[in-house]
Amino acid sequence: MNLLRMSAVPILEQLYLEERLLRTSVDNWCIVNDRTSRPTIVMGISGFTGGGTVIVDDGTVFVSFICNKNAIPGLQPYPHPIMSWTGQLYSEVLQGFGDFHLRENDYAFNSHKFGGNAQSIIKERWIHHTSFLWDYDIKNMEYLKHPTRAPKYRSARPHVDFLCRMKDYVPSKSTFIERTIKSVGNYFLVKPFGLDDITTEPSCTLPHSTKLLTRQELEDAYSSQSAQQSSENYGHQHTLPQLRSSCLPDEKKKIVCHPTKQLLEKETAGSMIVSDSSGAVVCSF
Amino acid sequence: MASRLLWASRAASYLRISAFHRGLSTVIKDLKYADTHEWVKVDGASATIGITDHAQDHLGDVVYVELPEVGVTVAQGKNFGAVESVKATSDVNSPVSGEVVEVNSELVGSPGLVNGSPYENGWIIKVKMSDTGELNSLMDSNQYSKFCEEEDAKH
Repeated sequence: MNLLRMSAVPILEQLYLEERLLRTSVDNWCIVNDRTSRPTIVMGISGFTGGGTVIVDDGTVFVSFICNKNAIPGLQPYPHPIMSWTGQLYSEVLQGFGDFHLRENDYAFNSHKFGGNAQSIIKERWIHHTSFLWDYDIKNMEYLKHPTRAPKYRSARPHVDFLCRMKDYVPSKSTFIERTIKSVGNYFLVKPFGLDDITTEPSCTLPHSTKLLTRQELEDAYSSQSAQQSSENYGHQHTLPQLRSSCLPDEKKKIVCHPTKQLLEKETAGSMIVSDSSGAVVCSF
Repeated sequence: MASRLLWASRAASYLRISAFHRGLSTVIKDLKYADTHEWVKVDGASATIGITDHAQDHLGDVVYVELPEVGVTVAQGKNFGAVESVKATSDVNSPVSGEVVEVNSELVGSPGLVNGSPYENGWIIKVKMSDTGELNSLMDSNQYSKFCEEEDAKH
């Protein structure tokens, strides 16, 4: 398994890279990105990797596994077995630091979530992507409404009662990362890679599955959602609209965004990145 | 218990379904199957395509189906769309090559049809086949049943 360690690479770039490695590489990869460079809302990661909405900032650590379907003996390339395998791996990593649980699709200490997961499964390979909340800024969380599709174990708790910070359980980020790499070594022969080692050929043959949407497009999406609903209640997540973006050529785009009212009202130069069937949706602000 | 099994297998036989006791996945006779768990129902040069009961069971609750445009070309073994469950998106591959003539727009509002009725109302696309000879490389229901058994046994 090739181990790629990065630091402060923006989430969008990471997603581009992961998609490229998933679809064009034949190797197994473990990608560790220690914090994104700008606070970013990853809204409804969908298409590429499924998943919900998270806020990621420089307190987040990303770890992704890209594997051939036969990479792990006895592991079937489906969501649940992959989730179980990673749960087992992180259980080993975090032994002694807290009461680790794989709760539905999240990693939690007791019933407090610190890691969210998303996957994409293609014919011969899969990717499992985790966003770990090493730390987070509570102000950023205010942008998130309660999801309509929440795991049962959440029990309608607000964000502050549902989430926890890994730094309150694990002595240092490097402890977590080093232990993760060590655990990976129990399953694979780990070969370090640098970002420079990866050929930076232009991905012109692989259409990007993420795209920067303009604020206007976001507002249009928001308006079309609002029109569908009879009332806007804070705390109720809007349904996800599906719009065709005219900005992308010849591709059907699925816009996965549930804009928060506060975000639209905020005076920023924020822009949205929207995915097609195989991309993630991120918003940078 | 024995008589219930006997009844079940007679009913299955009548309905042209073979039921797996081990995996509890349904496999329909008269369909052809790809090793990536898609099925195809052939009617002349027309092919209806979906994912199997085995596939929908392993993927979990489907929340979105990425459909191709009518008129696009699909190729045997290549992905044409995706099925998304709560935390995972999975490619769907075409068992045959040809041109998409219809997509199941019901899946837009009711993606769960893929789970509830994978072989009937949960169909995904219809294709005008460019090479019916490709069907020979697909599995029949017995071969597919065995394939699923072997896959599940490895786990």
